[in-house]
Amino acid sequence: MKMSDSISSDEVKHVANLARLRLTSEELEIFTEQLGAVLDHAKDVEALKLDDVEPMSHPLPIENTMREDIPSPMLKPSDFLSEAPVVEGGRFLVPKILGEES
Amino acid sequence: MSGMVPEQYQSASEIAELVATGEVSAIEILERYLNQIQEYEKDVHAFNLVTINEARAVAQETDKLIARGVTIGPLAGVPVAIKDNLCTKGITTTASSKILESWKPPYDATVVKKLKEAGATIVGKTNLDEFAMGSSTENSAFGPTRNPHDISCVPGGSSGGSAAAVAAGFVPIAIGSDTGGSIRQPAALCGVVGVKPTYGGVSRYGLLAFASSLDQVGPFATSVKDAAIVHEVIGGYDPLDSTSIKQAPESFLDMFDKGINELKVGVISELMGGIDGVTHEVIEQTNKAVSALSNAGAIVEEVSLPAALYCLSAYYLIAPAEASSNLSRYDGVRYGLRVEGANLNEMNVNTRTEGFGDEVKRRIMLGTYALSAGYYDAYYGKALKVRRLLAENFADLYKDYDVLLSPTSPCTAFKLGAKVNDPMMMYVNDVCTIPSNLVGHPAISIPFGSGKDGMPIGVQILAPPMKEPVMYQVAHALEKASQ
Repeated sequence: MKMSDSISSDEVKHVANLARLRLTSEELEIFTEQLGAVLDHAKDVEALKLDDVEPMSHPLPIENTMREDIPSPMLKPSDFLSEAPVVEGGRFLVPKILGEES
Repeated sequence: MSGMVPEQYQSASEIAELVATGEVSAIEILERYLNQIQEYEKDVHAFNLVTINEARAVAQETDKLIARGVTIGPLAGVPVAIKDNLCTKGITTTASSKILESWKPPYDATVVKKLKEAGATIVGKTNLDEFAMGSSTENSAFGPTRNPHDISCVPGGSSGGSAAAVAAGFVPIAIGSDTGGSIRQPAALCGVVGVKPTYGGVSRYGLLAFASSLDQVGPFATSVKDAAIVHEVIGGYDPLDSTSIKQAPESFLDMFDKGINELKVGVISELMGGIDGVTHEVIEQTNKAVSALSNAGAIVEEVSLPAALYCLSAYYLIAPAEASSNLSRYDGVRYGLRVEGANLNEMNVNTRTEGFGDEVKRRIMLGTYALSAGYYDAYYGKALKVRRLLAENFADLYKDYDVLLSPTSPCTAFKLGAKVNDPMMMYVNDVCTIPSNLVGHPAISIPFGSGKDGMPIGVQILAPPMKEPVMYQVAHALEKASQ
């Protein structure tokens, strides 16, 4: 597969970081190549002149869907907590957040 | 039943009738299918989990109710397999991902609930490409599924386990999900019927989300009639799915046997050689289907769907974009795998890096990129405009035509390993099926002959939204012509 200029390995590293994924240097190389091939293919779409076309994000013209405010049977918090990796005092437990670099 | 692909399949409607009238017990039916699973599952690997004990208990309960004179639904005693990205209460639901390896949902997906209410016996969870991302079922964290027609070949994907289970006679009915062809393409490659319903026609509640504006749940069956029956069971408005259509659908079976005289069928020229990649033998076989419909009285003409040329590119921007957002929920906090780290961010990274397979990582990164500042307009924004063009193209064609027709898959089943290292080559498998997902229209794949390699070929019938009755009508005519 030829190297693409659609995306650089630094850009792949950046999106991996945004997506909370860590790549080995080998993976970085392979993914850069593969993502480049897909983005190369997408150049046909990128090249289209579509200024007057309205984007369509969804097949159905739905806006906010609200139900009537009527109480109905719900699952209990314990139903969900029992499947969580770490729980304490009826809550999901996570590692410390404060003190993290942002 | 004998052989990995039974010579004849028993229909779900026949089973339901035999069971409901007490002629055959639900447990007898179940044991017959379990025997076939016992015999061939080790070669096919259609299932992530066979729930033998639960299934036996359900079948026995069905028999008890029938003995007491209770009326059971239209799927009385029919064994059904469920794709492993649909929630089953208390039964492991993995999406074939390490990140959910031992997760047990606290509720049933609406389709699962409806199947149970209709009297079905759920026998297990079928294998898929991880989070339904793939076209060969090779991206499963638990090993690939194989095509029962030739176990050196893939069954297609992502619902390859469901397609293979039906083809191998493990179940008469299976449920899948279709985001870019994940029901229709494996149905074609395994020689069974597969349906992607109108978007909003079948509830997505309890379906693990991949690309929410494209995902739709639908049936696999061995006949068009069985598929229509199951579609009616699982379909309809669901207040738990905010994209569910309130309008009640017309009966899928009323027009079923009316023939297709004077119906207008458009053959999509872009998918019959206009786009590279559709093989000659698939086009040839599809042309035979065209002749068959014409002989049955339909008016068949070649038509153009110009935006089809850009669908593959648009899809592989939109679907990953939505996936990158949907899969952010797998963060090691609320369910599934957690790999500890010094702080929250490190725990998130460790969990996702270890829990996701390569294809899922690829799509998450692709989607994150397509949505990122500076690229949003060029990629995601443009893809959404192609989607609009496509919808307009379809609307124009449906002014003159009742249904459209194309191949389902550009090729017959390929060998395991043949495409798995070249994502772009794999993505081309979806070229014929993607358009229906982008616009939310229904489509069905029907087996129609085979290629030189003896592997099945499928033909696709596309219809306007909520026009499943005419889709099934034409599909049934094509099915009759193929026999």
